Amino acid sequence: MIQLIKDTLISQVVTLWRVFVHAFDKTDTVEYPDVQPQMAARWRGRIILSRDPDGEERCVACNLCAVACPVDCIALQKAEDEEGRWYPEFFRINFSRCIMCGFCEEACPTNAIQLTPDFEMAEYVRQDMVWEKEDLLINGTGKYHDYNFYRIAGKKIGGKDKGEARNEAPPVDVRSLLP
Amino acid sequence: MAKITVDGIIYEVNPQNNLLQECLSHGLDLPYFCWHPCMGSVGACRQCAVKQYRNADDKTGVVVMSCMTPASDGAIISIEDPQAVKMRSNVIESLMISHPHDCPVCEEGGECHLQDMTQMSGHNYRRYDFKKVTHRNQNLGPFINHEMNRCIACYRCVRYYDDYAGGTDLAALGSHHHVYFGRQEEGTLENEFSGNLVEVCPTGVFTDKTFSEHYTRKWDLQTAPSICTGCGAGCNTTPGERYGTLRRIVNRYHHDLNGYFLCDRGRFGYGYNSSDRRITEASIVSVHDDEKGVRKTLTTHDAQRQFDAMTAGDVVGIGSPRASLESNLALRARVGVKNFYAGFSAEQQQCSQAVIAINREQGLHCPDIRTLEQADCVLVVNEDLTNTSPRFALALRQAVRNRASQLAADARIPLWQDAAVRELAQNELSPLFILSPQGTRLDDVATDTFLGTTASQIGLLGEIAAAIAGSGSGLAQQIATALLNAKHPSIVSGISAGSVELIQATANVARALRQRRPDLAAVDICFALPEDNTMGLALLMEEGGGTLEQALQRLASGNADAAIVLENDLTLRATPDAIDAAISGTPTLVVIDQIHNAFNVRARLLLPCTSFAEQNGTLVNYEGRAQSSHQVFPADAALRPGYEWLTPIDPLSSALTTSETILYHSAQTLPAFAGAEKLLPARTGIAALMKSPRQSHRYSGRTAMSANLNVHEKKQTTDRESAMSFSMEGLPLQKDASLLSAAWAPAWNSNQAISKFQDEINGELKQGCKGAHLLQRSLPPQSPVSVSTNNTSNVYFIDHIFGGDELSAMAPAIAARSVGAYLCVGEAEAKRLGLQQHGRAQISSGSYSAELPVLIRQRIAPGAIGIYCGGEINRHAFANGVSISAVAEDGNVLARSHQMFDELVINDSVNHRAMGRG
Ligand code: SF4
Ligand code: SF4
Ligand code: SF4
Ligand code: SF4
Ligand code: FES
Repeated sequence: MIQLIKDTLISQVVTLWRVFVHAFDKTDTVEYPDVQPQMAARWRGRIILSRDPDGEERCVACNLCAVACPVDCIALQKAEDEEGRWYPEFFRINFSRCIMCGFCEEACPTNAIQLTPDFEMAEYVRQDMVWEKEDLLINGTGKYHDYNFYRIAGKKIGGKDKGEARNEAPPVDVRSLLP
Repeated sequence: MAKITVDGIIYEVNPQNNLLQECLSHGLDLPYFCWHPCMGSVGACRQCAVKQYRNADDKTGVVVMSCMTPASDGAIISIEDPQAVKMRSNVIESLMISHPHDCPVCEEGGECHLQDMTQMSGHNYRRYDFKKVTHRNQNLGPFINHEMNRCIACYRCVRYYDDYAGGTDLAALGSHHHVYFGRQEEGTLENEFSGNLVEVCPTGVFTDKTFSEHYTRKWDLQTAPSICTGCGAGCNTTPGERYGTLRRIVNRYHHDLNGYFLCDRGRFGYGYNSSDRRITEASIVSVHDDEKGVRKTLTTHDAQRQFDAMTAGDVVGIGSPRASLESNLALRARVGVKNFYAGFSAEQQQCSQAVIAINREQGLHCPDIRTLEQADCVLVVNEDLTNTSPRFALALRQAVRNRASQLAADARIPLWQDAAVRELAQNELSPLFILSPQGTRLDDVATDTFLGTTASQIGLLGEIAAAIAGSGSGLAQQIATALLNAKHPSIVSGISAGSVELIQATANVARALRQRRPDLAAVDICFALPEDNTMGLALLMEEGGGTLEQALQRLASGNADAAIVLENDLTLRATPDAIDAAISGTPTLVVIDQIHNAFNVRARLLLPCTSFAEQNGTLVNYEGRAQSSHQVFPADAALRPGYEWLTPIDPLSSALTTSETILYHSAQTLPAFAGAEKLLPARTGIAALMKSPRQSHRYSGRTAMSANLNVHEKKQTTDRESAMSFSMEGLPLQKDASLLSAAWAPAWNSNQAISKFQDEINGELKQGCKGAHLLQRSLPPQSPVSVSTNNTSNVYFIDHIFGGDELSAMAPAIAARSVGAYLCVGEAEAKRLGLQQHGRAQISSGSYSAELPVLIRQRIAPGAIGIYCGGEINRHAFANGVSISAVAEDGNVLARSHQMFDELVINDSVNHRAMGRG
């Protein structure tokens, strides 16, 4: 009995003491918007589409982000340039539905789609929360600087022939019987 | 029945099959690549390894290839044995060592058998650190993309393309790990069934080029079970839609008809749906003085009002063999039977009636396509099947292999031992005889091809019938003997010659055979039909109504207030003069159609109607099998199904507004359609409470796809007509194929998931709907009737798979492989007329004439003159013989035709080639 009172009561008192001490801590909240909070780089806010180190659009319109999205707020259409490169003809995110879960970023095989620390996306008109590719595409690599999907994939695109991707041998000569 | 034990569980199996097939039949997941349900095993990929034990005491066992091991009674195997699992994961790892990092930019992704099998076999990370082998691709024409890097060398493509479909221009080239699957030279894949490579290749090497142009992942396509509109065979398809346009067509398994394969017209002909020649809005030609002759658009509401006002009086209705049964029925209900006329040309109507009568005659039997494949002696009369009902031709290529099956059975080699069976049979083929005015694409596997005009074919058929009855000689005797000796003889013809005499003469052979072969329950005979609903309209005409000729005469003589023409380009069905006279005699011409054509531009009121993918409808195939084609996606608001425009004004019959009520009503009231109500999905059980979704459970982008127009999402369109919904809500039919659209099963994302819906591999679909047979054998058996022909015309009309069908010809990919109209003659004839190869000739008949490029062929009936109309010239103008004169050469040869001509005459130089690669 004594033991029980000791265990519970002491714990209660300690907790009360800790809460009291917090009253003298430095505050975490800031006077937003006069003071801007410090956001971690991994914060999941406004979504962007990035470019690869060559400055080309990273997104290859594979649709994986769209299918991973639990609220289905990403829609896009694949297109292809004359030299075989896939890219999105349109890419739309309905931010009024987006729950900033980051699944799209997880799913993206090219690091194209990324969530950024920006959270200031409120609008007076809901329609304005529908963003198109022109609104989403930035002029840089975002959080991931080096990855260049098309330098690894085997598909030939402008500026990269067959056999020129990472770890590829030159195209075989079908007519040769040599090993 | 034998029993095998798989991982401790006993299964009943058919010992004729191999272990892989039986495991899959029982729903077990066992990875495979090179085995194909229709092509058997070759043991090339080593992916299907399992452990086999000698007996219950054997604890060690040996790893065997399940596809190469018979499912013999008492066999004990394990799929889960660690050694077998390890073997499979090693095999997939080695298959993947040179695989490109392509999935995100690969059209196969998301429905890739290689992805599925890689997951199933448990391979994740590439450990191989050396360089990947790479290949250059080839441009294989407008249908197929080539990305050779993705090949795993399973050999399925060449086994399908060469061995199964009879192609000659795809081969395994190169050697060792450099082996390359492609053409010797870059160029269009010639075979008419090349599209099936898309599904046969388990990887993304061969993909659908037309689909890639507006690519969407499989999970994002809205799909519904549909029927091909390319010809009267009734192949089952799964069209897919995204963002309001049709994106592609893939095969939908039908046990009796198409099985796993479609022809290229059926697969790539969908493009007309989004053609810029689609009629997208209602329009009317003004009659007011100030703007006389100007065509003005109408809102749907105004159009319907105008339509009802214009067609209130004495109205002629002309149906169509390419419109659904429902639309034809609605038209008939609207105008009344006595004002309803067939939309066939005169010969088409007579011929299809003759075909129906033969399909009703006892002692004869109309084979489905699978039965045709089992024939061991085939006589093809006049029809160039590859170009009219292509799927038949693919079936006949299998039929000639029944000799090989026979030899294998004698040698006790199981049929799934594909390489062994081919090796055994070498060049031995079952007899196939072809009667035709010109060389056909099946000549390479034919025992003999008789080249003759319609009249001489009728003559030969008479001789064959006589030879069967007992007296004959020469070729007739040879054919008769083959038919008499066959276990399962089949006769295949069609109506493209437009000759009832030819049909009767063909039936006479079957009748003579029936008399001599009492052992056969019935003699198989069938007739290929051109349009998707030719049989449906022909059956409807049995219930009353007039011919097109009568309709045109009535219109020409001014005996009607208005005419409604349903989905029909009448300029293809009668002479220009008859059409002109009818149009000028018609006060108000209303046309309901999908595509602008030479006829409907002349309509006063033009109403846009939905395509097959935008409406529900019933189509009746060549056998008299009615099948439902379901709406795939909601059409643009301005488009309506024909039957909706035609909703009766009379309030009493206004219940007939949905496709289901129309079909149900006609099944109840019209004897020809008794039994058609079986097509309507059962409204009992769970299906009564929940619809079946058209969208997959991972359909994406639903809250964004129309957000650019309005961020507030629309309510999903409700389908008031069918048992399916335009959303992902509802009850997906996981193992029940009654409303199966895109086949999918857990871990099986490719179309090969179909095995999960079959009662056994290659078996019937579980709960599947195979259609309702409308024709009963109700007429007594007949003796051969006497056929006399006064048809001495040496003109015959050529068909082409690409461009020969009105609608699919508008698809860009099909158009890229079409030729324009041309004239075809033999060498002697060309010399006589002074014609030059690829030169030009003037043909004339009465007041009609046309100038056509000339093709001189070696394989053509003596004296015959072939005309390909190519949608440019009117067949009926030249049907009764033509006079020909050469046009002076201006050196301006049609370049496109020139190249296409080279392709067209491939079969001029056929040899009886060896089956198999070589
Ligand atoms: S997952 Fe990445 S590459 Fe694929 S569509 Fe989305 S953003 Fe583009
Ligand atoms: S073939 Fe399959 S595994 Fe290979 S890249 Fe294409 S989708 Fe990926
Ligand atoms: S191309 Fe496709 S079907 Fe042909 S061997 Fe390669 S993976 Fe197999
Ligand atoms: S054979 Fe006829 S029905 Fe079958 S896919 Fe080809 S065109 Fe369509
Ligand atoms: S499926 Fe058995 S070895 Fe390929």
